[in-house]
Amino acid sequence: MTTILVGIKRVIDYSVRVRVKPDGSGVVTDGVKMSINPFDEIALEEALRIKERNLASEIIAVSIGPADAQQQLRTALAMGADRAVLVQADGAVPPLSAAKAFLKLVQRHQPLLVILGKQAIDDDNCQTGQMLAALWDRPQATFASKIELEGARARVTREVDAGLETIDMDLPGVITTDLRLNEPRYVKLPDIMKAKKKPLDVVTLAELGVEVPAHGLRTLRFEAPAARSRGVMVHDAAELVAALKQRGVL
Amino acid sequence: MNRILVIAEQLAGKLNVSTAKCVSCASTIPDAEIDVAVLAANAAEAPAQAAALAPVKRVLVVERAENGEALAALLAPQIAALARNGYTHVLGPSTTFGKDLMPRVAALLDVGQVSDLMAVESAHRFRRPVYASNAVVTVEAPADRIVVATVRTASFQPAAGGGAAAIERARLDVPLPGYTRFVGREGGNADRPDLQTAPRVVSGGRALGSADNFQLIHRLAAALGAAVGASRAAVDAGYAPNDLQVGQTGKIIAPELYIALGISGAIQHLTGIKDARTIVAINKDGEAPIFEIADIGLVGDLFQIVPELERLIRAPA
Ligand SMILES: Cc1cc2nc3c(=O)[nH]c(=O)nc-3n(C[C@H](O)[C@H](O)[C@H](O)COP(=O)(O)OP(=O)(O)OC[C@H]3O[C@@H](n4cnc5c(N)ncnc54)[C@H](O)[C@@H]3O)c2cc1C
Ligand SMILES: Nc1ncnc2c1ncn2[C@@H]1O[C@H](COP(=O)(O)O)[C@@H](O)[C@H]1O
Repeated sequence: MTTILVGIKRVIDYSVRVRVKPDGSGVVTDGVKMSINPFDEIALEEALRIKERNLASEIIAVSIGPADAQQQLRTALAMGADRAVLVQADGAVPPLSAAKAFLKLVQRHQPLLVILGKQAIDDDNCQTGQMLAALWDRPQATFASKIELEGARARVTREVDAGLETIDMDLPGVITTDLRLNEPRYVKLPDIMKAKKKPLDVVTLAELGVEVPAHGLRTLRFEAPAARSRGVMVHDAAELVAALKQRGVL
Repeated sequence: MNRILVIAEQLAGKLNVSTAKCVSCASTIPDAEIDVAVLAANAAEAPAQAAALAPVKRVLVVERAENGEALAALLAPQIAALARNGYTHVLGPSTTFGKDLMPRVAALLDVGQVSDLMAVESAHRFRRPVYASNAVVTVEAPADRIVVATVRTASFQPAAGGGAAAIERARLDVPLPGYTRFVGREGGNADRPDLQTAPRVVSGGRALGSADNFQLIHRLAAALGAAVGASRAAVDAGYAPNDLQVGQTGKIIAPELYIALGISGAIQHLTGIKDARTIVAINKDGEAPIFEIADIGLVGDLFQIVPELERLIRAPA
């Protein structure tokens, strides 16, 4: 059995304009659309394509979070994951704890690959994959835009500030996805029905033996960012040049 | 005293400006003593450049053949070993180099990481953006543990020069894994001004319609001495290479002047430009969200306006 583990984080949908609660305790989530983190859809899509090429036999979708994350796991099953695991945790799970939970599942399922998103678009941390690779003492390839598997190795093209970088890594290992790796497929209605019968196991973070340390990083308050206000409108290129000169930027 | 270790980012033997920005961030931590670590195969000019940054006390040079390319799996154990020598903070830039590397260091040290640190409130209290900069959080790291953070480079000016820090060689006996190999790198255009540091940036979006039309952006940028940027839609469509993408998942920039041409202003794009001094938007749709944050807006067809603009800019005053 060749297994791929995929991270599926439940986050506020990317199209929602997120607002800070007036008391600064968090952001407004009531009645707000929740979705799979976009980078995780890409991770799952890549795993499905690897399986379709017969290079893997089983895809396990993993979410760490509230009971409601089962919705996102069902969507992942409908997309084509074979089974799902919800690591139930109430309250925020920071990347280091998430990485420790993934490590436990890695030990249990011995995957060839763990594919995570490059970042979760809620906290924008960009940490979990790298932390998992460190704890597991295995290679990492972050920001992947192309993955080629050859036996027990992967050749990964990464999107870096200077352009594209290619690295070669032994497997097992961790890969995190960038936007241009693939375009995730749409879920079809019959697949949603089929997904209801696929296994979805629930364990708690504590049952896995992972805790969120009480003495870790704490978020004290949320604030709205400094606002930029609407400026002036000009009517043609000449007025634009004049306005730029007036502001001293030209 | 707070002992800060800044991890240098290098490009072809030279110090990337992101390092001077990290040093500048480090200098806002109270009672800071700042060291810079340069890990390289042959540390060409980088150590001297780091030593010249005014707030720096010492530069630690770790030369090792395996450090020729910045592979996180190889650098992280060396940095964790350095960090254990009594440092209170380890900082790296929030560039792809630092984002790849620093969480791996944090995990080896068994601490969480503060990503995209934008302001220091005290030695253990920091501000950082979340939700594509729709919110800013204040976070507190435990006072009895080492702090690992990436620094949001757009929030800091480079530290001043004129310093003369001591340069020391550090010897580390850390076993390194052989499971990752560098293969190659492509892209990046050294003749163009660098997007992350250029004072002026001209960006194009989906409206350009083709890579050929995107030359319009390059020509206006050349006239202004500006760097070129792009929206995700323009990159996905192949009009511009990936390293030009500006936004939540591309580059976060803070130029003096940002000109957005045929870009609608999705929140993920705006995240990348909020710190620009002056934002100019040209879009044929007067309702486009980009106008909500533009300092100067112009509603119209960019294919008519941009050539005219280029002519006016090139014309002698
Ligand atoms: C997880 C995630 C991360 C993302 N990260 C990024 C990111 O880092 N950066 C980024 O940019 N996007 C990012 N996006 C994508 C973002 O949501 C938008 O889809 C994207 O920014 C749109 O690009 P655009 O403005 O070029 O295209 P569009 O939204 O299609 O806008 C094109 C604009 O051009 C105008 N136009 C058309 N023709 C003309 C003309 N002749 N003259 C003048 N104006 C014209 C139109 O009125 C329109 O406003 C991300 C999305 C997700 C889900
Ligand atoms: N709670 C979680 N549940 C499932 N996957 C997660 C979780 N947290 C992080 N991940 C994975 O790690 C990636 C990076 O997240 P982050 O480090 O939080 O930006 C995400 O795209 C997911 O693939």
